Amino acid sequence: MTVGGWRSARVVEAEQATPSARILRLQVPGWPGNDAGQHVDVRLTAEDGYQAVRSYSLGSYGTAETVELAVDEVPDGEVSPYLVRDVLPGDELEVKGPLGGYFVWRPGGQARVQLIAGGSGIVPLMAIVRAVTDAGAAASVRLLYSVRSPEDAIYREELERLTGSGGAELTWRYTREAPEGWTGPVGRLDEHGLEAAAWSPDSEPITYVCGPTGFVEHVADALVGLGHSPARVKTERFGGA
Amino acid sequence: MAVVSRGFGARRRESDPRLPPGQYLTEDFPVLSAGPTPRIEQGDWRFGIRTEGGDAVSWTWDEFMALPIEDIDTDIHCVTRWSKLGTSWRGVSLDTLLDAVETDAEYAMVHSYGGYTTNVALEDLLGGKAWVAFEFEGEPLDPEHGGPARLLVPHLYFWKSAKWVRGLTLMQDDEPGFWEQNGYNMHGDPWTEERYW
Repeated sequence: MTVGGWRSARVVEAEQATPSARILRLQVPGWPGNDAGQHVDVRLTAEDGYQAVRSYSLGSYGTAETVELAVDEVPDGEVSPYLVRDVLPGDELEVKGPLGGYFVWRPGGQARVQLIAGGSGIVPLMAIVRAVTDAGAAASVRLLYSVRSPEDAIYREELERLTGSGGAELTWRYTREAPEGWTGPVGRLDEHGLEAAAWSPDSEPITYVCGPTGFVEHVADALVGLGHSPARVKTERFGGA
Repeated sequence: MAVVSRGFGARRRESDPRLPPGQYLTEDFPVLSAGPTPRIEQGDWRFGIRTEGGDAVSWTWDEFMALPIEDIDTDIHCVTRWSKLGTSWRGVSLDTLLDAVETDAEYAMVHSYGGYTTNVALEDLLGGKAWVAFEFEGEPLDPEHGGPARLLVPHLYFWKSAKWVRGLTLMQDDEPGFWEQNGYNMHGDPWTEERYW
């Protein structure tokens, strides 16, 4: 599958997900479909022809022509403040994709799946949670989601709904502030937290880690330290503006 | 004609003629890797070249440090759209390293500790265009940026500059490496935006 050129996209929905993040649903006529975990390039063009392009993970998967991004505002950013604060349903932009063929989940494998997200790193993992749920494979999937505080969790309601009672298993990690009545640990995800919530190395899971560089480096190192094979740990890091 | 995004452009960045199309400037040094960061001690590190005929040479860290070392000042461009201008490196030129073998090959598969691979044409490795670099901005290269040593091919997108490099396998015909099998271009020239399949 080749990527092809830029496709016009129309914003059909913009939903505030956290104080700094918005979920955008884009209608993309001719979208060829995408695997869970892939991303797109987004191009914005100003009235005078000035352009900027950034990459964003897709929270959606499958063949529908409506795709979903969740964008967290980067302080001093150029593109993310527009997408989080300014863009409205009806506005147009362009996308290119789907991109990336490695940090993806496709149905059919037998392996257990461990998903570990930090902050807005949840986006491609949300696509995987949706895909494994639809494929009836959720019982082999665990998600560990690290956020500063409850209000910083993108997709909180949908995750709570899709997980538990036969769905994927969800464990929250709060690094700064936990909800009232929380009895679990608060602070940076460490080896104890991984051992308690993640599939063990013996069960040979495939692990997907996504988040800011520092988070991913730390978690990936800890996984290897616990005995997970580096070849079975897939990472996606983001940084820059 | 691109569609116009209503109201976009208020926070625009300065452009710079050193920026290839579709790139933006960053002051950071973002990290992009497909897996955990391998930790390789200098004492365990080797760099080797195997030719299409099966001949092989290799260098230990100490042997490598005895080769002619060059200072490199260059801009770098990542396919994820960031570019970093005016970076400084130290390393050994691929001209020096490939001088050690007899070859008629036109392509190389670059191999890294951790299993990463990327394909690069010999014409992109020779002629003062590529190095095995072990210092960044005057400091030993951090593991997360590819230390102890990484390939540096700054005229191509940065995924070609393989981190944790351990050697080259020379080949007559081009073959796709890791990202080249996963949606990315065989060559990767940032000035003509050879990004994807």
